[in-house]
Amino acid sequence: MDPLARYEPLVDDYEAFRATCERPLPTVVRANGIKASVERATAALDEAGVGWRAREWNPDLLELDTDAPGNTWPYFLGWIHGQEEVSAIPPVVLDPKAGERVWDACAAPGSKTTQLAAMMDDRGLVVATDDNLGRLAPLRSNAERLGVTNLAVTHADARHFSLAPFDFEAFDAALVDAPCSGEGTVRKNPSALSGWSESFLDGIAGVQKGILRRAVQATRAGGTVVYSTCTFAPEENEAVLDYVLGEEDCRLVDLDVALESTPGVTEWNGRTFDPSVRKARRFWPHLNDAGGFFCAKLEVGG
Amino acid sequence: MTENVGTRFDRLPETADEREVDARPTREEVLTWWEDRYGVPPATFEEHTFWERGAGKVWAFRGDAPSPIEVQGLGMHVLRTDGEHWKPTTNAVQRFGVYATRNVLVLDADAAATFVRGEDQPVEWDGDWGYLVVARALAGTVAPLGVGLYLRGELRSQVPKGRRTDVDGA
Repeated sequence: MDPLARYEPLVDDYEAFRATCERPLPTVVRANGIKASVERATAALDEAGVGWRAREWNPDLLELDTDAPGNTWPYFLGWIHGQEEVSAIPPVVLDPKAGERVWDACAAPGSKTTQLAAMMDDRGLVVATDDNLGRLAPLRSNAERLGVTNLAVTHADARHFSLAPFDFEAFDAALVDAPCSGEGTVRKNPSALSGWSESFLDGIAGVQKGILRRAVQATRAGGTVVYSTCTFAPEENEAVLDYVLGEEDCRLVDLDVALESTPGVTEWNGRTFDPSVRKARRFWPHLNDAGGFFCAKLEVGG
Repeated sequence: MTENVGTRFDRLPETADEREVDARPTREEVLTWWEDRYGVPPATFEEHTFWERGAGKVWAFRGDAPSPIEVQGLGMHVLRTDGEHWKPTTNAVQRFGVYATRNVLVLDADAAATFVRGEDQPVEWDGDWGYLVVARALAGTVAPLGVGLYLRGELRSQVPKGRRTDVDGA
């Protein structure tokens, strides 16, 4: 079984794609502005003799010349957080402002949650939800190490999320970084594809559709919902968008991230999708020497 | 008087007059404690509300919410008030200890590495006994690392097991 072979028709340079998937990922961390500026974090890395290079598209992201960023002073102090480069895309696309209310529907272990909080200058509210109680502990400990205080953590299946504990009616924005088959994480975890099956795709796509629908419902008119996965399968990406566009009052809008990507696909395995799914972006591993990723931006009440 | 419930967060009363739960600290007491003990100005917490979840565990949340609220986390666990002496958390000291002006013990790089490994060590300190903000110089500033208990010439690291680190380099 070679799941990645099914994407040959979608990739511009299939050989480069497969070769990149065989190579390990660079070590990337995100500087955490809640506790220290990038300048201070990099000065601490300099003092520790750890080489670093900032990513052009997002100066908070630093590639490090160490395999163990967790054993550095800036990590202990919560000045940096280990986060794969493409994992930093959705908060940038969501672009939250200080004071807004943002829902992170599938939050654990909290890399994107804490990035959202930092982009909001730790003001406003981030509600971080996960359905896996065991994964809430690392979510909370990451948030606390990174100094986040504008956060409420809830334990729920995002498909059935309730705003009842809170005193407001809707979020300004929501992030659905959906549970997925994880094909794009194969560089980090070579066994990521070992349990792959088409029936898994069908099952997980149902969950993804339910979560994205709930996120659109829980977001105010004019607000933003970002949908992302770390997988290539159109069943989990464009097909999910196509379904939710038909069920909820929302529309896809362009997203602007200065990384190489290709448009969402409008045809797959004999199915066709709403033409606006082309506004979503596919971040193939070989295009940016990073993990594989998919991201879409929706406006509610379109 | 009502009771503490371990699965929910209750906002701390502003002052003792508004207290409904025995032994629950007040916002005023929390602010006064940070200022008296460490010189952290009350304005530091101007945008934060304080909450109790379980007896003696105080959390700081940037913003406000209905009280009580049933959630798994609300802001940051910052303080324990159930012991004889109130004790700040490692994460609170790293976040808010940067505003501390007293009871701050600055270690050199080697002693700081010993501290974050969770080990006790002898130190020279002629200030108060009890819970100190332990810090080191880094990147041009003094960076609070966590909480140390100073008693009789010894600094006992209070860095919790999950945060202890064997740090490489300077």
